[in-house]
Amino acid sequence: MSTTLAIETKNLGRIYKLRGSKKETRKELIALQDVSLTVERGELFGLLGPNGAGKTTLIKVLTTLLSPTSGWARVAGADVHTEPKLVRPRINMVSGGESSGYGLLTVRENLWMFSQFYGVPSKEANERIEALLEMVGMKDRMHTKSSDLSTGLRQKMNIVRGFLTDPEVLFLDEPTLGLDVGASRDVRKFIVEWLKADKTRTLLLTTHYMVEADELCDRVAIINKGRVLACDTPTALKQRLQKDVMFEIETSPLNGLTPQMMEEQPEVKKAALTEIEGGARLQLSLVEESALARVINLFTQKDVKVMNLNKRQPTLEDVFVDLVGRSMAEEESSERSQ
Amino acid sequence: MQTSTSWRSFRMAAWLGWLIESNWTDPFLFTVYSIVKPLSGAAILVIMYGIITQGNFDSPLFPYIYLGNAFYIYVGAVMTGVSWAVVDDREHYKTLKYMYIAPIYIPIYLLGRGVARFITGSIAVFITIAAGVLFLKVPLHFTEIDWLLFIVTLILGVIMLALLGLLLAGVTLTVARHEGFIGEATAGALYIFSGAVFPLDILPEWIRPVGYFMPTTYWLELLRRSLVGNVAQAFPTLANFSNMEILGILLALSIFFGVISIWVFRVCDRIARERGLIDHTTNY
Repeated sequence: MSTTLAIETKNLGRIYKLRGSKKETRKELIALQDVSLTVERGELFGLLGPNGAGKTTLIKVLTTLLSPTSGWARVAGADVHTEPKLVRPRINMVSGGESSGYGLLTVRENLWMFSQFYGVPSKEANERIEALLEMVGMKDRMHTKSSDLSTGLRQKMNIVRGFLTDPEVLFLDEPTLGLDVGASRDVRKFIVEWLKADKTRTLLLTTHYMVEADELCDRVAIINKGRVLACDTPTALKQRLQKDVMFEIETSPLNGLTPQMMEEQPEVKKAALTEIEGGARLQLSLVEESALARVINLFTQKDVKVMNLNKRQPTLEDVFVDLVGRSMAEEESSERSQ
Repeated sequence: MQTSTSWRSFRMAAWLGWLIESNWTDPFLFTVYSIVKPLSGAAILVIMYGIITQGNFDSPLFPYIYLGNAFYIYVGAVMTGVSWAVVDDREHYKTLKYMYIAPIYIPIYLLGRGVARFITGSIAVFITIAAGVLFLKVPLHFTEIDWLLFIVTLILGVIMLALLGLLLAGVTLTVARHEGFIGEATAGALYIFSGAVFPLDILPEWIRPVGYFMPTTYWLELLRRSLVGNVAQAFPTLANFSNMEILGILLALSIFFGVISIWVFRVCDRIARERGLIDHTTNY
């Protein structure tokens, strides 16, 4: 393995055996399938996909919490399955959307304790805690019991816990999930600054926020149903669709009109639907701009009113639609209904 | 390096355990709880004994039961103190996965988490015995205590209980639900088969070998012998064995169960990683 690689996986797979009721036979859920990835040292690598795509499972495998069922993975040069003790001192992880931590301990105590588990000298740990809390705007809450913190502040505390040990490879699993807009912006800014400060640091970030992946990541892997569908820089991924014409249309309820009906029209490449309050939002990918008239004609036939229409540049959402055939929101609701 | 990692794991876990154990309420309430809880437990036993024996507190059976019950506090405290940390960190604080990915030794961490329960358990044992001596005439004379035997036995027993706790912790790792049941069932079984509140001779003959195989049987016997030798020897169960012989059996069984516990924990740890149970929560 090359020493410039922070993460390397080869044909990585993970199958969960699900327990049903006693009468049912055991079902299998394929969470990861043939995942082969490389992440260079110093890179901010994004895993983009809907809920249930396999992002968290991949992080669990890479952080030694879960054994793969096939293939292998190395982090910081060590095999995560056979050499977890070599991996652990060099990594850390933060999971978003959860309020972990010892509620009876203050913010400082929680953070200091974790720093001690990693062998950071106490004085240095206290200095880092102060500096990091200052950076996320929580210095005034240092002596607050973590049970008295709001969910957002608890999440910020956990983000500080991840950075505190100055890991070689940091895994952030949906770090801004549940945070308000301002806090999310602060966290993203902090992530960029942390990476800039030391070029050997590597960060793997999972998200289902397209903008987050687009704004932050050097490279993005789009993952769905446990498979990596594409992996490249956000710019290169979007360039795949550069020749297409993209429209976003907000309409009244579609009255039985489906994306498939729109895709049957000549030169309509993809149509993805998201239900919104009082109507629908459509992402249209057209080979020729003239195809828009045919879609509008369909609206007229079904008495669908156009509320808003924008022509725009391709986004990572469009890349996802192009690869999967439907929007991330559609994919998530389809997963939930199964 | 390995020593420093072990010490770091143990020291910080003990610190964390103590903060969790002692900070759940204000110091006054914590003190009241620490005194009232063991005394209540002992009072139930004393009342039952008084009714059944019609107040015969001079029988050697009374100190036998009283001391057995007092020291049995350690069994629940130390064993579940170690194993409960898995449930607490995984279900309640949702931190077990962060402990797992930290460069620490998880078994040592769990043993460290048990230290706080050992301390609170020791306070409870001391209060129970003190109450017995002061108010119930438990015949404990400081000048007659075999202190060396008492201290060696106590330390050996606590280590043995902590290792049994590790076994329970391993099983708890693989059983996402009903974890409370495992600890209670084990402590309950040991209570019956270890001669804690009645001599093993009371049990049917065919079931006594279970008690003879339990290290807690010899541990409680030696503790009684070191504190009130004549009372303990009034019961025939282990009367044919000298103190040194019982200590040898206790040591052998402790090593045996210790090795089994470490092996079981390793197997369960591997199974938990294979099944994805390290951060699995039941939400109830």
